[in-house]
Amino acid sequence: MPKEVTDVICPFCGTLCDDLIITVSDDNKTILGVKNACAIGAEKFNHQRLPGRVKRPRMRQADGTYKEITYDEAIDWTAKMLVKSRKTLMYGWASTSCQAMSIGHEIAEKVGGIVDNCATVCHGSSLIAIEDVGVPSCTLGEIKNRADCVIFWGCNPAHAHPRHMSRYSIFPRGFFTVKGHKGRKIYAVDCRYTDTAKCADEFIQVQQGFDYELLNAFRTAVRGDALPDTVGGVPKEKIYEIAEAFKTARFGIIFFGMGLTHTMGRNHNIDIAINLTRDMNEYTKFAIMAMRGHWNVTGSGQVLGWQYGFPYAVDLSRRDQARHQTGETTSVDLLNRSEVEACFYIATDPGAHFPVDAMISSSRKPTVTIDPHINCTTEISDIHIPVAMVGVETGGCAYRMDNVPIETRKVVEPPEGMLTDEELLTKINKRVDELMAKGGA
Amino acid sequence: MNTVTLTVKKQPELYLECENANPDAFAGKKAADIAKLGAYQGKEISTLGDFFTITGEAGATAADTKIIVNGDCTKMKYLGAKMTAGEMIVNSACDMYTGSWMKGGKLTVNGDVHSFCGLAMAGGEFTINGNAGNYLGAAYRGDWRGMSGGVLRVKGNAGSDVASFMIGGTLIVEGDVDIHLGTHMEGGTIILKGNANRRVGGQLVKGEIYVFGKINVMMPGYKPVGEKEMEVDGTKAMFTDFIGDLGERHPKRKGEVVWGHIYMKN
Repeated sequence: MPKEVTDVICPFCGTLCDDLIITVSDDNKTILGVKNACAIGAEKFNHQRLPGRVKRPRMRQADGTYKEITYDEAIDWTAKMLVKSRKTLMYGWASTSCQAMSIGHEIAEKVGGIVDNCATVCHGSSLIAIEDVGVPSCTLGEIKNRADCVIFWGCNPAHAHPRHMSRYSIFPRGFFTVKGHKGRKIYAVDCRYTDTAKCADEFIQVQQGFDYELLNAFRTAVRGDALPDTVGGVPKEKIYEIAEAFKTARFGIIFFGMGLTHTMGRNHNIDIAINLTRDMNEYTKFAIMAMRGHWNVTGSGQVLGWQYGFPYAVDLSRRDQARHQTGETTSVDLLNRSEVEACFYIATDPGAHFPVDAMISSSRKPTVTIDPHINCTTEISDIHIPVAMVGVETGGCAYRMDNVPIETRKVVEPPEGMLTDEELLTKINKRVDELMAKGGA
Repeated sequence: MNTVTLTVKKQPELYLECENANPDAFAGKKAADIAKLGAYQGKEISTLGDFFTITGEAGATAADTKIIVNGDCTKMKYLGAKMTAGEMIVNSACDMYTGSWMKGGKLTVNGDVHSFCGLAMAGGEFTINGNAGNYLGAAYRGDWRGMSGGVLRVKGNAGSDVASFMIGGTLIVEGDVDIHLGTHMEGGTIILKGNANRRVGGQLVKGEIYVFGKINVMMPGYKPVGEKEMEVDGTKAMFTDFIGDLGERHPKRKGEVVWGHIYMKN
């Protein structure tokens, strides 16, 4: 008889919704239904039962086709590649658990790899800004229970984090926000009228690439100084009015996304937004939060942070020190400059997100991809090693976008004989040890 | 002053980290000893002798040592980094971190340099007879202290984020710069002979930026307070004085707010 598993953590975005109900078959092998998830989250579970799923490692042949190989063969090939390469890009990590990351980092230390995660093409610039000026932030629970002024700047959760607005930021009724949506003033700042902007009380349309200037104008307005007639297409009267509204809020929160992190100036757009938040705390309680996208990318930053002091793009090639320099040790730059000799991708699909030149460079190097599914990256890899889906077929720790760690749970059994990320990385680590004891590959 | 000449004999397959290519590391050494100094390609440890033909002999101290580098250095990082004295001339374009953390001496690059050059420079004289990349004279990631001393001059153009977190010294760009010149600056002097794209002096607390050309869009946090005639880098001219960044917190001295300045040539 099918059974329901409750309080399941969604393995899709950084919101990590924790109220999913999954119906599984009585043999615990198949997912039959998903409740409470958004359309994208539900698909993550539905993939588990898709026909044609790859269940054993595959090696690319000379004619471009793939041949099934054993896990042991794939592990040996991967370990030899890692030991031989003078500089290996070890990218991904966002869809796996913190426990698996930790084992991966141990391998990277031994083989002199460069560990990078999806932040490199996402919120990496936010992390640089936080390194530069710190961050006054809070948890999503505080926002649900306290925030009466919510600003979405350059982000569109209606599409990217579909349940964010209903669980935390716009609609829910909280302890001090009993009126829900009616008790909150919602602002959307964007260069386009997005679906999130449609839910806002006020839409501020900023000229593309003028976010930094507009944030600077808000800071200037908060201090009561004069402004030009318009800044980034926004009239100064509107800027003064909104700055005053921010100052008189009980609890304000700025959510920001790619509209700030991936437009001109990148990290500076964030550091000035953080400094505006800091300014607002002279008048009221204000916080700021990155809309982290890829599930456990926050966890990757956390684990790298406490292990090496940097949240992404950590160069361990010198072994005695960890280095981090956006523009040098970041994946796209390493690939574009052909500064690595091999690529090891896990739990992310750079082929779908990196610039084409970077992936052309990647395709010319020995490449291993560890992923439950066939994706753009597996198709340019020498080896594709399928693994159990974290958060579906195996558990582990993941961090929500507000840096809250949540223990995810196993819902169904993985296909018979399939390894988890942790098991696979442990075996690769062991094989690396054996090869290094023998003096190399 | 003794002269050591390095001539590139082999190109690195990856990028070579030449952090020992400076007068301080060479001081007191003969060519054979210099050839044994480490150079790094990823985790592989090589020597300078694997990539350069080395002739001459260094002086007893860094101040007595002059280094001339010939050949294609576009894949060489850290040339002249951390030098405290002596002289170094590179007759090629260079990669990242050239002249970074320099504390003294004279470094001349007869070509372009990549990003992160002159990073956190604290003293000496660094001249680039070409163009420079991003983060020239800026701070290392996570540090809030950029260039703090010395003179850094670029004869060509420079990229974005020039002199971020600058706290002292003088940085001169004779060509144009991209966005974010002097962001988070807390001291020092920037002289820009050409034009700036945008975002000059954002979040600037203290320091002076002289602009001879144009700024495409002035930051809203600046306001003009008057005009001054000044001689800047050998040129006498009238400048409009803008104070700012008005959105930033500024220190006070004797009860008076100490503003940052952008001086725009009239």
